Amino acid sequence: MVSFSAVAKRYPGGEEALKNVTFSVQPGELVFITGRSGAGKSTLLKLIPAIERPSSGSVVVNGQNVGALKRSAIPYLRRNVGLVFQDQKLLYDRSIYDNVMLPLAFSSHPPREAARRARAALDKVGLLGREKANPIQLSGGEQQRVAIARAVVNRPSILLADEPTANLDGESARRILDIFVEFNQVGVMLLIATHDAALVAQYGKRVLHLEAGRVQ
Amino acid sequence: MNAWLRQHRQAFARALGRLGFLNILVIGVALALPVGGYALLESLRAVAGRLTLEPQISVFLDAKRADRDAISGKLKSDSRVSRVRFVPREQALKELSGVQGMSELVAALGRNPLPDAFVVTAREDGIDALAAELAKLPGVAHVQSDSVWARRLAGLARVGRLGLWLLAGLLGSALVAVTFNTIRLQILTQRQEIEVSKLLGATDAFIGRPFYYAGLLQGLTGGVLALGIVALSLGLLNREVGPLAQSYGSDFRFSFLPAADALAVLAFAGLLGWAGAHLSVQRHLRTIEPS
Repeated sequence: MVSFSAVAKRYPGGEEALKNVTFSVQPGELVFITGRSGAGKSTLLKLIPAIERPSSGSVVVNGQNVGALKRSAIPYLRRNVGLVFQDQKLLYDRSIYDNVMLPLAFSSHPPREAARRARAALDKVGLLGREKANPIQLSGGEQQRVAIARAVVNRPSILLADEPTANLDGESARRILDIFVEFNQVGVMLLIATHDAALVAQYGKRVLHLEAGRVQ
Repeated sequence: MNAWLRQHRQAFARALGRLGFLNILVIGVALALPVGGYALLESLRAVAGRLTLEPQISVFLDAKRADRDAISGKLKSDSRVSRVRFVPREQALKELSGVQGMSELVAALGRNPLPDAFVVTAREDGIDALAAELAKLPGVAHVQSDSVWARRLAGLARVGRLGLWLLAGLLGSALVAVTFNTIRLQILTQRQEIEVSKLLGATDAFIGRPFYYAGLLQGLTGGVLALGIVALSLGLLNREVGPLAQSYGSDFRFSFLPAADALAVLAFAGLLGWAGAHLSVQRHLRTIEPS
């Protein structure tokens, strides 16, 4: 479970990205976070894996108060929270297979089990045949699917996606969201930030709308 | 345990792949200077040590006035003297002609110019006072103590050793600095991978591990290269020194470091490389945080 209570986030320089945000998301739920650019969507997502810390209020993820987490405990939190970014953050010096293998290198799976998981993750996003390719050879939508495979390969219980469809055409965007919905159907909690209200409307899921740092 | 070993093996393999020859060369040359100097000094010390094991005083007698038995008795009763050897002038001449290149000179002399002498082996302390006393005895023409030049040699060796330690200290710091910078560059070029790894849940230990191995390996291989350079240089020197020493009737050779010292050099180089990596990782890895 993820729950925010009275969370505020001020960046150095006084800019207030979030104001008194309170909500909670149950395990297995899919929630869209909508709002314009600068409404605080990215900040909200970054608080969950402790990329940012709240200025006040508390963020609790699976029973852990993230704001008070020790630095050394953060990696273990992040292994249970899959992250998908607008700019995929893939590594272009290696194949997509090696990109997906990356999180398995430090979560100490036996090599055969790791290989099996990586191939299964690539299979789920429909890229199993292209595992040898370099990310640069793929389209934007395909790169985003690699990023999703990498985010789910450790089988996290929570998946966060920040504008995963922003740079994609309608068809590719729908494909990405369909993949997310499939993960949600097997019990993964999803928080997807997007400014594309029309796309969100097609899915009929819970929506958290942010405006100037407040939940509406 | 298996996973732990596997992660270390992977980190080691990555570090091995990043090893740069130029850095190793810099470290190797830097370490070769003090290590080579140490080998030279130790070789010389081995020779000097043979010469100065026991301080000796040569007491030369005045042939006309000398009362040999009285002086002998006085020497033998002195508690500071551990051994006395009488060298008659005939024997001294014979010993001299035995030294290479001297026999012709001795033959050319015609008569024996050497005096009778006592060679006194004394205990270390008070050798100068003893020499001064012996010089005042009637019938003694000249007293020569080798403690002065022995002490000078020892002093010189001490200066040499101190110089080497200073050099080793300076170049050791250079090794740390070189490693620090190498690791800094490696961290910067892998900034993106480090950032992504942190986002995906890699621990600091996991991310830092290949860099520690890289520092350790760089130091170790630099140390191996330094030992190689020293061994090669001593070999070349010995090709020239051998014949030269032989012409002086000596079998002197520069010898390579004893195995224990060579291992100590490697351990030291590895440790310094690790330390450089540690400083660099502490300073640079933490500053890379995903945002």
